[in-house]
Amino acid sequence: MTDFSDPRPSRWQRLTDNDIFWSFIHSPGAMIAAAVTLLCILACFAAPLIAPFNPFDPAQISLWDGKLPPAWVDGGQPQYWLGTDNQGRDMLSTILYGGRLSILVGLAAVCLGMVLGVSLGVISGYVGGATDAIIMRIADVQLTIPGILLAILINGIGRAILPLEMREDFAIYVVIIAIGLTDWPQFARVARGATLVEANKEYVQAARVIGLPGWLIMLRHIFPNTLRPVLVIATIGLALAIIAEATLSFLGQGIPPTTPSLGTLIRVGNEYLFSGLWWITFFPALTLVVLVFSVNLLGDWMRDALNPKLR
Amino acid sequence: MTDLLTITDLDVEFPTRRGTVLAARKVSLSVAPGEVLGLVGESGAGKSTIGNAIINLLERPGRVAGGQILFEGQDLRALDEDQMRKVRGARIGMIFQDPQTSLNPLLTIGAQLVETIQKATDFKGNAATDHAVGLLEAVGISEARARLKSYPHQFSGGMRQRVVIALALAGDPDLVIADEPTTALDVSIQAQILDLLKKLCRERDLGVIIVTHDIGVIANIADRVAVMYRGEVVETGAVAQVLGAPRHDYTKSLIAAVPRADTRLHRFTSVDYIEGGAAQASRIDIKSHWLGQGRKADPDRAAMIEINGLDLSFVLQGAILRKNRKMVHAVDNVSLTVQRGETLGLVGESGSGKSTVARLIAGLFTPDAGTIRVAGQDVTTRPDAPEAKRARRMVQMIFQDPYSSLNARMSVRDIVAEPIRFYRTTGSESETRKIVGDLLDHVGLGAQAAERYPHEFSGGQRQRISIARALASRPEILICDEPTSALDVSVQATILNLLKDLQEELGLTMLFITHDLPVIRQMADRIAVMRHGAICEVADTDHLFADPQHAYSKHLLGLMPRMEMLTPVQTPDPSNVPA
Repeated sequence: MTDFSDPRPSRWQRLTDNDIFWSFIHSPGAMIAAAVTLLCILACFAAPLIAPFNPFDPAQISLWDGKLPPAWVDGGQPQYWLGTDNQGRDMLSTILYGGRLSILVGLAAVCLGMVLGVSLGVISGYVGGATDAIIMRIADVQLTIPGILLAILINGIGRAILPLEMREDFAIYVVIIAIGLTDWPQFARVARGATLVEANKEYVQAARVIGLPGWLIMLRHIFPNTLRPVLVIATIGLALAIIAEATLSFLGQGIPPTTPSLGTLIRVGNEYLFSGLWWITFFPALTLVVLVFSVNLLGDWMRDALNPKLR
Repeated sequence: MTDLLTITDLDVEFPTRRGTVLAARKVSLSVAPGEVLGLVGESGAGKSTIGNAIINLLERPGRVAGGQILFEGQDLRALDEDQMRKVRGARIGMIFQDPQTSLNPLLTIGAQLVETIQKATDFKGNAATDHAVGLLEAVGISEARARLKSYPHQFSGGMRQRVVIALALAGDPDLVIADEPTTALDVSIQAQILDLLKKLCRERDLGVIIVTHDIGVIANIADRVAVMYRGEVVETGAVAQVLGAPRHDYTKSLIAAVPRADTRLHRFTSVDYIEGGAAQASRIDIKSHWLGQGRKADPDRAAMIEINGLDLSFVLQGAILRKNRKMVHAVDNVSLTVQRGETLGLVGESGSGKSTVARLIAGLFTPDAGTIRVAGQDVTTRPDAPEAKRARRMVQMIFQDPYSSLNARMSVRDIVAEPIRFYRTTGSESETRKIVGDLLDHVGLGAQAAERYPHEFSGGQRQRISIARALASRPEILICDEPTSALDVSVQATILNLLKDLQEELGLTMLFITHDLPVIRQMADRIAVMRHGAICEVADTDHLFADPQHAYSKHLLGLMPRMEMLTPVQTPDPSNVPA
């Protein structure tokens, strides 16, 4: 029997006294992954504060210092820990700034895909009938095309319709839209599945008997209850979006080389890889792998923790 | 000592994050050969835990913390897992609740039986097969030798449970533990299975422990009964004594809460010993309170629900051509009238279409043909017209499953206040909060419950929240779709009492849907019997129970469990307080 006499638990108690938090502190893998992810994100966002150089400041760049190896290799200079790239920019600073851009683009793209996909998925699942058929067939058709090809296509169209002088400035937004429009079907499918389950539950029927309109039922009752599975694929989607941005930039379709992102760094480094300048491509690639791997681990843990059937 | 199994001072504990839970406390029981011991209690009483502890199959991390389990003089707690496996199956047989999942669907009945026989006994090869045939015949399966080659899905639910019993008997055990063996079965099959168990017990001199929540099962099969309450055995004795003249207050409450089919009571008495029952519902002055205002129906109108020629089919298998579609006729030409202030009971077995009728009236389904009038207003011809929508607001519904009928992400206040806020039926948010508090008080939860979330409440308490939510629309018609079938019998009694009180106070018109005849006897003024989507008979409750006209009504009434030995209704003696 519930005892109502005790004082209401504080917000902090409520946060720490739940099964998900408990599962988190009892799974070392998830804690390490969360720590690494948090470290990467903090380091990248604090780049202007902690980076030894500013890669956007031409005064700090000297072509004489170009292509220097990391500090511990013969010929390295102590102020450039991880060496310099072909333009003489400090690798560490460039990776920090570039990582910030990659994470931002990934987050924005996932948010776009999530908003679009979840809205369409919930509507599709709740309304059903022809609406459902049309939305889901569009999603199916889109899923048959490899995502990266579609992103290149949307990216190309986006650039083509922009006036020439704005292309450089808006390249980032075009990349975000291209990736976001590519990954909405995943969100739509998951949200639709969860909606089909929730819409049959009696609380939704009770809301209909009260006479609430459909949009309010979807927004207030169904949407919050579809969030768990959506959050799980959003984490995995974030890792995929970061990779998609790197791929686009690597292919020269994304962010211009003057603005460093992890993808552009890997591409530039790739040209020098066989002349022995391994560090220009190695360190950005390592950062990408560590970041994506830990975000994926976090997503895996979240999938298990939020699904009681797997426990 | 002649007893087959003796349990003394058994403690079972479950360590959890929030500390150790004692699932069984100082439990002492004994079973003699040829005796059926009933272990009865409500959910969470620890009755299944005892059954599992005997054969060392406690769900992790549960463990036996103290006490002794003596089986034919052998201490079962001292055995290791290998020795225990030999006892299980060969000496002690188990029968579980769900015959669907206790058989392997990929093996024939014969293969499963013969394998078990070969493991548990010395029979090998053809001798084992012969033994299997003998067992199937013993549990009443005809043409046993031919049926050995059948797979579980080729048997009906009752037949499958017979096979499970045969499996439990395969090792020629001395003791059989049956955990809710008939809960998943229909009433008519339940009676056959209980008869079979009793017969086997006598013939083979078996000790049987039958674990159940159902007093009717105990009354029909057990010789002795042990009543469990919160992990403790509160009363043990011969069935006729415990059910007919209970000594412990809990047993008295429990038996008083069992709905009777023989007479209609005004209220269930003495149910205050149980969870949630102690909460006193506060009275509201209906004339001056918000709840009594804003009546929408014409007060002189007698017929609140009139349905005429209602038809609804569901598509089983879709096809582009209409003639190729497979349809099921869920509701077939149903006509009914419910008068103001009365309770109409709608009874029928699963699949009879009774819930579909309820959902049609509530507007959750649209009929293929026919009309529904709510307080004289047609709500089917133009369902989106403002008058139709206004009429629909007089109808509210209570659902069966208390765990899915509340949105887990909303606080109780937001759940109950939703219709008030949406239709702006109060002047201000502070008035809304006050009314939500009054409603929660009124259904016996207390206004403090508003701050909390649904997961903090038990099933019966959640059903009270559902009722408060329905009242917040100020309904005049309440549709109750099996509102208590997911609840324990004592909680059921408190909820039924609450519904009766509310109806009396607010003059609610009720449509009460259930498969449970004793419950409907307590609730309804008139009863409509449904079968295959059509109505067989509509009659006054007393009339129907005394003299059913339709053949199907007679059949249904004949299936009710016999409860003659239950004590006449009485109030508990306050001096007999439990230790």
